[in-house]
Amino acid sequence: MKNAYGKAIKYGDNVDTDVIIPARYLNSSDPAELALHCMEDIDKDFTKKVKKGDIIVAEKNFGCGSSREHAPIAIKASGIGCVIAETFARIFYRNAINIGLPIIECKEAAQGIEEGDEIEVNFDTGMITNITKGKSFKGQPFPEFMQKIIDAQGLVNYINEK
Amino acid sequence: MGMTMTQKILAAHAGLPSVEAGQLIEADLDLILGNDITSPVAIHEMEKMKVNGVFDKNKIALVPDHFVPNKDIKSAEHCKCVREFARRNEITNYFEVGEMGIEHALLPEKGLVVAGDVVIGADSHTCTYGALGAFSTGVGSTDMAAGMATGKAWFKVPSAIKFVLTGKPAEWISGKDIILHIIGKIGVDGALYKSMEFTGDGVSYLSMDDRFTIANMAIEAGGKNGIFPVDDLTISYMKEHSIKEFKVYEADEDAEYDEIITIDLTTLKPTVAFPHLPENTKTVDQIKEDIEIDQVVIGSCTNGRIDDLRIAAGILKGRKVKKGIRCIVIPATQNIYLTAMEEGLLKIFIEAGAVVSTPTCGPCLGGYMGILADGERCVSTTNRNFVGRMGHINSEIYLASPAVAAASAVTGKITSPAAL
Repeated sequence: MKNAYGKAIKYGDNVDTDVIIPARYLNSSDPAELALHCMEDIDKDFTKKVKKGDIIVAEKNFGCGSSREHAPIAIKASGIGCVIAETFARIFYRNAINIGLPIIECKEAAQGIEEGDEIEVNFDTGMITNITKGKSFKGQPFPEFMQKIIDAQGLVNYINEK
Repeated sequence: MGMTMTQKILAAHAGLPSVEAGQLIEADLDLILGNDITSPVAIHEMEKMKVNGVFDKNKIALVPDHFVPNKDIKSAEHCKCVREFARRNEITNYFEVGEMGIEHALLPEKGLVVAGDVVIGADSHTCTYGALGAFSTGVGSTDMAAGMATGKAWFKVPSAIKFVLTGKPAEWISGKDIILHIIGKIGVDGALYKSMEFTGDGVSYLSMDDRFTIANMAIEAGGKNGIFPVDDLTISYMKEHSIKEFKVYEADEDAEYDEIITIDLTTLKPTVAFPHLPENTKTVDQIKEDIEIDQVVIGSCTNGRIDDLRIAAGILKGRKVKKGIRCIVIPATQNIYLTAMEEGLLKIFIEAGAVVSTPTCGPCLGGYMGILADGERCVSTTNRNFVGRMGHINSEIYLASPAVAAASAVTGKITSPAAL
């Protein structure tokens, strides 16, 4: 799996899927349209500042709340290359894997990265490097089974290949 | 080593003699659920799979309930997509407006879930059916698609926290107060990835509707599922509502738990979760300031069942909703609506100055039927009080029981039912 490389966009604890993509936009399921409103209720500047490859770094329980797959879809369609968090809410974790949005859990990285830091993530080793600060962190690599789903670019392809 | 109740159900559905926490398994599904928001994404994903239709047309439930009757053209298109998919695949359990209800109230009522089942639903509150002794959990649309195509889903076997409920709750204390108390205690990620297994003599004092409310909000503590033991009350509920065969699983005596937490139900007080997280709880007697409100919502998959409406009507009978306050009552299913009508509850609500809506998730997720403006406050029997959940990002939601919500509608501020 290819490394992720980009600038960090930083959030705190309990970023819920309602703020990632508010329900008032759930009358659409078009990724490009969802991306226009991504993070709108927590960070109205997100869509202006996000660049392809950027990395969201958050603290505990990222993606809690509603099971809407529109949340990881909106994040992926915004160009985000990876989400790093101390912990993820379980449905968001599944959904991200299933749609092929790379995510990685790492408490030290969540704490040791600031907004705007340049970050590289190696998914094979789980190594997260903060290039700006010259620090490295060891994240939790995926179990082999989940790695296969991500390598197939999501659950649909994985099932088709099986 | 013994297994928890959840682990036993999962092992049986994976065809394994035993499983342990952390193990990745593939389990057979008894039911796959989707609604009008999540199903269109799932249908689109399923179309990309190299499969011929659904694995079993009788084991899929499609319930348009979030934005129906259609709130706008885009919602109408989503519902049309689900309706046509249901027709094309001859889905037995598709529920059109007129027969639908809020999914997690509807499925148990229709007898589609029984003890021992494994259920996934593309809605986070699918964990509700743990009240019946089933393993049920929320997933996303792609998992729903894979479930509809193959009848299977992958799971990481969860570890568990055991909640020992003891004693009889006092007057006005409902399932909502119990689960809000628990979330306040362990936090919104206190049960992350885990099962919440509820046991103890206190369970026998809880109605089925109380148990549905408690299991429903397991997700608000991050839980994978919430589950209750099957007792005589569960069995009589299932016999009344279902013709499906059920299977009773019990946790082994030597089952391993990450934690055992005892909750003395006799000490609980009416509890309210303040903005903007369900863990920000206070008991009503801890609230010293007047918290004036603009709106009350009584309904949702958490608290739109008949017991909830009876409690609210009991308080509103002979009283009026305070002038200037909007009180919105939403029976969760057509059957609950009808029962409320026959029992005279709707008359009580309307005479009190409340409005009664057709079943919908509408206001709970800020869809329609009760959106909040800038700075407005709502006491709601729903399940989430996140920023912007019910409307404007500067609006506020206070989560409470139907009793507290109804009492607050009368006074226009957060009020204990005992204080009326």
